[in-house]
Amino acid sequence: MAPITTLHYLVVAAALFVLGVIGVLTRRNVVIVLMSIELILNAVNLNLVAFSRMWGNLHGQVFAIFIIVDAAAEAAAGLGILIAFFRNKETINVDEIDLLKW
Amino acid sequence: MPNFIMSYLGSTVTPGQAGNQFWALIYVLIIFAGVSVAVMAMNWLERKSLAHFQIRLGPMRVGPHGLLQPFADALKLMLKEDIIPAEADQFVFWIAPLIGLLASFTVYTVIPFGPSEAVSDMNIGILFMLGISSLAVLGIVVAGWASNSHYPLIGALRSSAQMVSYEVAMGLAVVSAILMTSLNEKGTGTLSMIGIVQAQQQQGIWFIFKFFPLGFLAFAIFAVAMVAETNRAPFDMAEAESELTAGYHTEYSGFRWSLFMLAEYAAMIAVSSIAVTLWLGGWMRPFPNLLHAPAWDFIFSLFPGLTFGGLAAIAVLGTVRMPSHSFFKIQRFGLAAFAALLGFIALLLLVIALAGRSADASLAARFSEGIGHVYWFMLKVAVFMYLFIWYRATWPRYRFDQLMRIGWKVMLPISLGVLMLTAIVGVIIS
Amino acid sequence: MNPAINTAVGGGMAPVATTFFFYLLGGLAIAGGLAVITRRNAVHSALSLIVTLLSVAGLYLMLYAPFVAGVQIIVYAGGIMVLFLFVIMLVNVETSSKERQFNRIWPIGLVAACTLLALFMSAFTKGKALFPDRMVTLAEGSNTQQIANMLYGEAGRMGPYTFAFEIASLLLLVAILGAVIMTKKKI
Repeated sequence: MAPITTLHYLVVAAALFVLGVIGVLTRRNVVIVLMSIELILNAVNLNLVAFSRMWGNLHGQVFAIFIIVDAAAEAAAGLGILIAFFRNKETINVDEIDLLKW
Repeated sequence: MPNFIMSYLGSTVTPGQAGNQFWALIYVLIIFAGVSVAVMAMNWLERKSLAHFQIRLGPMRVGPHGLLQPFADALKLMLKEDIIPAEADQFVFWIAPLIGLLASFTVYTVIPFGPSEAVSDMNIGILFMLGISSLAVLGIVVAGWASNSHYPLIGALRSSAQMVSYEVAMGLAVVSAILMTSLNEKGTGTLSMIGIVQAQQQQGIWFIFKFFPLGFLAFAIFAVAMVAETNRAPFDMAEAESELTAGYHTEYSGFRWSLFMLAEYAAMIAVSSIAVTLWLGGWMRPFPNLLHAPAWDFIFSLFPGLTFGGLAAIAVLGTVRMPSHSFFKIQRFGLAAFAALLGFIALLLLVIALAGRSADASLAARFSEGIGHVYWFMLKVAVFMYLFIWYRATWPRYRFDQLMRIGWKVMLPISLGVLMLTAIVGVIIS
Repeated sequence: MNPAINTAVGGGMAPVATTFFFYLLGGLAIAGGLAVITRRNAVHSALSLIVTLLSVAGLYLMLYAPFVAGVQIIVYAGGIMVLFLFVIMLVNVETSSKERQFNRIWPIGLVAACTLLALFMSAFTKGKALFPDRMVTLAEGSNTQQIANMLYGEAGRMGPYTFAFEIASLLLLVAILGAVIMTKKKI
């Protein structure tokens, strides 16, 4: 088999990214949409770390650490919004969160 | 292939460092067997100690003084009927004990029993241990949910909330110990477990005594947080029988329940090993720098044999004091055989210590040194295990809101303060 | 010479069976991702996401990034996923797993995602000349030290990411406050 190059890691990252995008665009359950966003962030992280190895410096890895920190903050805030909304409307479907619709 | 196997035998690094997968596998098997034996011994010790604390005798019938009770328990649990609740999610119900078990056993990869007696010395060792032990929370949450019943669900949510809260204080206490490893002339610390013990060796002081009382406070915070992390008394509200009908493992019966118990005891040994490695000098014998004459080395190398000799003497005493009735003939014989086994091990260890007396690199000397490292490590971990049992026997349970209040309002500020003070003192001193 | 690069192979220890582990971990990650977006039950999705996160941590280890792998396991798999599981259990509506799982415009979403995938693939095939042949081997033993130098600065100067580090801590504080306030019953 061919030796594993940076391109292999980029392909895996692209696949994860596209799977995350499909999840965000097509699912109705808000929690699963949030989990797909986490998939997208992980794909970006994998991309960054693969390039960090390619170029030989650690900027990619440090950026990946910041993205992980950011994902934690965003998950907390997003799930807080979800719980607050669930108390009002008792639903977790994205289609039914339409109070501001005209 | 034999070259590959033999090439490791003289080395001073762990099999992971040397890239020798065969010996790494051997070490993994030894650790697996050792932890299983240790869990059974802990089970027996806990029942007997709790009984003696409560002025009763505990299991006495299965073997001499109940020594074969864990085997009987294991056999019973394996033969029990495996009940799965009707509405439970089958796959998740099956996988939940496995998650906890995998998390609890994977941390043994980096536990250093000696400078080269570890499976692998990852250079992010302590980070790896903290991360993997935080995966055990997932097993509990999923177990409670998969049981499809409210007592387990509430117990699981409470248990995991408690574990997550005390993980924060644990992590900060660990960081303040890691800070102390950087007080060398290069100015860089290390996250590897073997490196931490070697930093204590080089600085000539166990980290529990360093910058007194800061090291001791960090150790105390970790010691309390690790009891809460493993859901043991006095923090076992989530699994106490009088409170929540056994919490998250209510619906698990037979072998699955024993997997949870195995994971719990293995996690106890793992976090005790972290405490021993970070603060109590790991595998080092007492006073390695102060009393470093070869005579003192020899005296301390006799300790493993003497310990087993003491245990053999206690077993002989038990044999002698057993009632001389024909009903007790088998038990008497069994205890005498056990005493003979312990005496044989003691004799073997003493012979190895005597043969390895000189400081050259002969086989006996290396064996004796390795045995010494493992012995002192296990002795310190055994002290912690006994403390776990002592806590359970002595202290009443915390109520859940008291527990969370302590975790967030007492432990977190204290550990933050200790961390800042350790950093300030470290910068001032260096 | 960049101190991050270690010209010795693997930093003294040769990597073992890289191809096998890459395909195993990459396959597990993609399979987990597929399971996340297709499962009906939210807890199954969360467990699959945990599998994906752990495989990605393994891929980081293969890319000589042990610290990022450790942070990924502690923060993502041990923290964020516990949070997700808690919330799933709190908002567990029995009917939600029996309703329609995909929304009405799912074909359009699928087409858009496939277009994105085609874009990625064309970028990779056309830009293959940009990637150098040699895969650099980063020094694994001092990875934590070097990341610390970039985050905290060394020799008395600020590192390139010190300011960003402080801002990230502010971000976490804001997120904590936001989560606490949003979930209070009476503000």
